[in-house]
Amino acid sequence: MPTVEFAPALTRHVPCPLQRVDGATLGEALAGAFGAAPAMKGYVLDEQGCVRKHVAVFVNARLIRDRARLDLALQPDDKVMVIQALTGG
Amino acid sequence: MTMAAARTLWVGTRKGLIPVRQDAGAWRVGPPHFPGEPVTQFVLQPDGVAYAALRLGHFGVKLWKSADAGASWKEVAAPAFPTRPTEGPFKDDPTPWTVDQVWGLEAAPDGRLWAGCLPAGLFTSDDGGASWQLVASLWERPERLEWLGGGYDHAGIHSILVDPRDPSHVTVAVSSGGVWQTRDRGASWSATCKGMVAGYMPPERREDPNIQDPHRIDQCRAAPDVLWCQHHSGIFRSVDGGARWSPVEPPQPSGFGFAVAAHPRDPQRAWFVPAHSDAQRMAPGGRMVVTETRDGGASFAVHGAGLPQHDAYHLVYRHALAVGDDGETLAIGSTTGGLWVSADGGQRWDCISRDLPPIAVLRFA
Repeated sequence: MPTVEFAPALTRHVPCPLQRVDGATLGEALAGAFGAAPAMKGYVLDEQGCVRKHVAVFVNARLIRDRARLDLALQPDDKVMVIQALTGG
Repeated sequence: MTMAAARTLWVGTRKGLIPVRQDAGAWRVGPPHFPGEPVTQFVLQPDGVAYAALRLGHFGVKLWKSADAGASWKEVAAPAFPTRPTEGPFKDDPTPWTVDQVWGLEAAPDGRLWAGCLPAGLFTSDDGGASWQLVASLWERPERLEWLGGGYDHAGIHSILVDPRDPSHVTVAVSSGGVWQTRDRGASWSATCKGMVAGYMPPERREDPNIQDPHRIDQCRAAPDVLWCQHHSGIFRSVDGGARWSPVEPPQPSGFGFAVAAHPRDPQRAWFVPAHSDAQRMAPGGRMVVTETRDGGASFAVHGAGLPQHDAYHLVYRHALAVGDDGETLAIGSTTGGLWVSADGGQRWDCISRDLPPIAVLRFA
């Protein structure tokens, strides 16, 4: 099962531990992680389901560039990390 | 009429919600709620329920609610657009269907919350912020697709006036998209901009209601048919609930600005904070003043006592001029973090701080 981890910049708003979640795609894994912390969804995704402009999602340390399509296939040992992009002021 | 003195001034800033409390006559700046977070709107109901709208730089718009007049807070639902349609008239809508900012927030006496947003979605909540509904009757009007950004990339709704006589009558103002009114609690809308003139537009379009940029509108609560508008092209006033707007001769030093506050009881009286011009959005000539009319806009007094009178660059945004229920206690907050309070209807001002973050919204409680 892939792991999903949210950086402290996010968990300071919505507590959420590192989790192992079911999910064949990135979108499914994120949805599984939001199950433990429903409020986190609105911090990571906008209301159209896209990754927010100033949030960065990595899979195995590789930045996911497409914010709208989260159908990237995941392997069972993949590591998803969600961080605050270093933008804004 | 004797009114209770205003005791707390809530200051929504780029770096938190700051309570400023009146203590033995002096106003003292307290520690911020939501330190570090941009607060774009704040409203406090008479029952002590308060809402603060946050615009987190990275994580979107959030709404927090307090049941104890701001002592403690919990996050509730924030206004959000429905899923953007992939077919029909809005499939190619260039406006993003994502809330960037809560720009106007009002609590109506019938229990309904109204939120005006950037982009220009209007939302209501009838369950105290547990859920929000887009007012589709306004959003789906074909005119909405013609609205223009005014200071931001997209149009937004910043002013929401709930008629004190009838909470189903609501007037909203859009930058840039005119003034719209509903008399059936949001089921239907009509543009009410007759008399407004956008002097910077092509001549053929200057009186187009849908192109007007009312920077801010306010209403005399005791005479709700009297509306004041600080427009991009000057000051307008209506005495018939917005059916017809009349231009007000621009006061000195300028008729340009963003904020307006109507006196709560005297329909002849209102305050403005002029900026130099569209091209120079700062204190005219480096001198910060507040203008006041007591005769319906026929003449203005210019108040500068206690305000910076040279080398000042302060700009007061739409929601950063507040008047207390007494009609005499006023506050202004600037984009460069200055905060002033007047106890005598704006004639003399005391500086509370010059060191605050940029100020978006002020509310007396």
